Amino acid sequence: MRTLETLNVGEKAVVELYTDNSLPLKLIEMGCTPGSMIEIIKKASFNDPLYICVDNNYLAIRKDLASKISVSD
Amino acid sequence: MINIALVGNPNTGKTSIFNILTGLNQKVGNYPGVTVNKKEGVCVLSNSIKANIIDLPGTYSLLPKSKDESVVIEYLTDDNSKPDITLVVVEPVNIKRNLFLFSQIKDLKTPVVLVVNMSDRLLKEGIYIDKETLSEQLDCSIVFTSSVKNTGFDDLKKTIIDLSENKKTCISTPVLSRLSEKYPELKKELSTYNNWIEKTNKFSPRNLEEEDEEHKGVQIKETIYRYQHISELLKISLKKDSSKGTGFRARLDKILLHNVFGYLVFFAITALMFQAVFSWSGYPMDLIDSGFADLSSWVASTLSQGILNDLLSEGLIPGIGGVVIFLPQIIVLFLFISILEETGYMSRVVFLMDKIMRKFGMSGKSVIPLISGTACAIPAIMATRNIENWKERLITILITPFTTCSARLPVYAILISLVIPEKTFFGFIGLQGLVLTGLYLLGFLSAIFSGYILNKIIKTKEKSYFVIEMPSYKMPIFKNVFITILEKSKAFVFGAGKIIVSLSIVLWFLASHGGDDFDNVETTVNKEIIGKSFSEEYIANKVSELKLKNSYIGKMGNFIEPAVRPLGYDWKIGIALITSFAAREVFVGTLATIYSVGDADMEGDTIKNRMTKEIRVATGKPLFDLPTGMSLLIFYVFAMQCIGTLAIVKKETKSWKWPILQLVSMTGIAYISAYITYIIF
Repeated sequence: MRTLETLNVGEKAVVELYTDNSLPLKLIEMGCTPGSMIEIIKKASFNDPLYICVDNNYLAIRKDLASKISVSD
Repeated sequence: MINIALVGNPNTGKTSIFNILTGLNQKVGNYPGVTVNKKEGVCVLSNSIKANIIDLPGTYSLLPKSKDESVVIEYLTDDNSKPDITLVVVEPVNIKRNLFLFSQIKDLKTPVVLVVNMSDRLLKEGIYIDKETLSEQLDCSIVFTSSVKNTGFDDLKKTIIDLSENKKTCISTPVLSRLSEKYPELKKELSTYNNWIEKTNKFSPRNLEEEDEEHKGVQIKETIYRYQHISELLKISLKKDSSKGTGFRARLDKILLHNVFGYLVFFAITALMFQAVFSWSGYPMDLIDSGFADLSSWVASTLSQGILNDLLSEGLIPGIGGVVIFLPQIIVLFLFISILEETGYMSRVVFLMDKIMRKFGMSGKSVIPLISGTACAIPAIMATRNIENWKERLITILITPFTTCSARLPVYAILISLVIPEKTFFGFIGLQGLVLTGLYLLGFLSAIFSGYILNKIIKTKEKSYFVIEMPSYKMPIFKNVFITILEKSKAFVFGAGKIIVSLSIVLWFLASHGGDDFDNVETTVNKEIIGKSFSEEYIANKVSELKLKNSYIGKMGNFIEPAVRPLGYDWKIGIALITSFAAREVFVGTLATIYSVGDADMEGDTIKNRMTKEIRVATGKPLFDLPTGMSLLIFYVFAMQCIGTLAIVKKETKSWKWPILQLVSMTGIAYISAYITYIIF
């Protein structure tokens, strides 16, 4: 299983179903729902934070949060 | 009067709509118990119908993440405040996420209108919304508006009037019934959305004790169901040409978020802002300064002598002047900040700076307070509210007062001109300017360094998360910028201003009263000079000097003199230090008052000249020499001398512990560094 931060810039993937409740509710409310297309637009210097686009929502999240989001191709 | 609430995600142009509907007919208040501004205004819908509109804080969801965010849900559900009509503002590009909030509000069963703002961008973004179908699906009226082009507002007003007559609420989403199927044990809680919200809102007064994690799984399911529901609807009523739209964002982001150019642009903008704050505002500040000085002397010479005259010309007018003089800087600063926010650039700064700021225990979001801190720490500390992580927010609050606020500027300016010679290097780099830059840098570095230390000391168990929106780039709407500036200036004048004015009156009182010794000064002097011949001038000086020494404030100065003597200060500077704990800029005014009170023939002389003439009693040399001046400058870099800041820190951290820690540690650092400086020079 891959997690979001392992994606390269420009690579697309699909958000997997959440198996536990560890992700912040806010992330899901902002549109990061299972089954959505997710893409890394840009990584800041030192690869953190990440500028992502999920289901047409442009967000910035930190690498530690990205490592909790499972994705599949 | 119809009561209307405006709700919507941040960056949807909600406040622009509020500004268009209400014009300048708005007032800012507070919600009980929290420090969120409550913006209200009156809108004329037709000749006979008016509406009272509340602009609720922008939010992504009704489920609050903090006490401050809970105002939206409390306002919408409380029987006393519940609006007649809720306007939900959305924008086309992020319509799915916007409709998520809409679906929650709809389930509260109040009459609701969906306002699609920025409709001028539909074509450009390649988005087509089938208004009739969507309106049928959602079972509510939809109005397209554009706050940039000022279109759609007549339609909006008409829709509001119609809805206020028939009071129709729309059908609920299927989300709640799906949830109660999945969680039959929660059937009772899920009977209505109001019920469910009340049950799960951990910030509501009823749920203060429990950190409600048990419902989080259900809330995640709720969110997912809502998104599924909206996706189903939009499959039919929304078409998007994905080839359009993102080009502009991508091109600008490429430069503004570039690993090298991105930082250069940011530093260039910051440099321009500093330049503007400190040089553009110089001219109006000089005007205000001399204007109030003229007013004071005009009042002093026009009104008949007496307490009222003294109170006005020595207490109130200089006090008000001391507040108004900061307005130019605050206006310029918020001009920049609000333009940067309006365009969407501020989020890019957060993105760029987050990793760096984290090394010092802060977040990318701490950059904005640190920049605002160069004008005034009070609004800066209020601006830390959008930092979710408590530790990062606390560190930002604690170190912000180290950044050089504009109140230190007059102190720096007068001391530098007194003790630093007017030398230039290479013909254009002035020594005085160099020292000023050095003081700014010193303040900034000590802020960063304390952040580093505090990061090591403060422990937290709280799990941190950082999710911010990267909004699309927009042209700033100048009406919004103007209203923001107006609001901030008002908040400064009536907030910090109140403290400064009342303190200058207290100061005036303390300097012109002093119990029996003070009242008897004239008799004492008269007794002393019986039989001897002195000039009238000498007697007048003797009287006023003794009066100052015996006034309450003089007694305080004498009391602390032993403590400040090692730093190279006399009791008069001691007085100025005491009064500066109210607000730093009081320093200059206090010295002006003290030195003019003590010397009758100096009336009309400038503050600087009076200070230059001041002689150290022990040596007979000028008091303000290089060691004393430098020591004072360093003291002002570090010392926590601002009651307003302490008060706001208490309010924001809900404890006296942190402001007291700031006061003691910063002032301690100031004392030690000033002592070392005095010895070195």
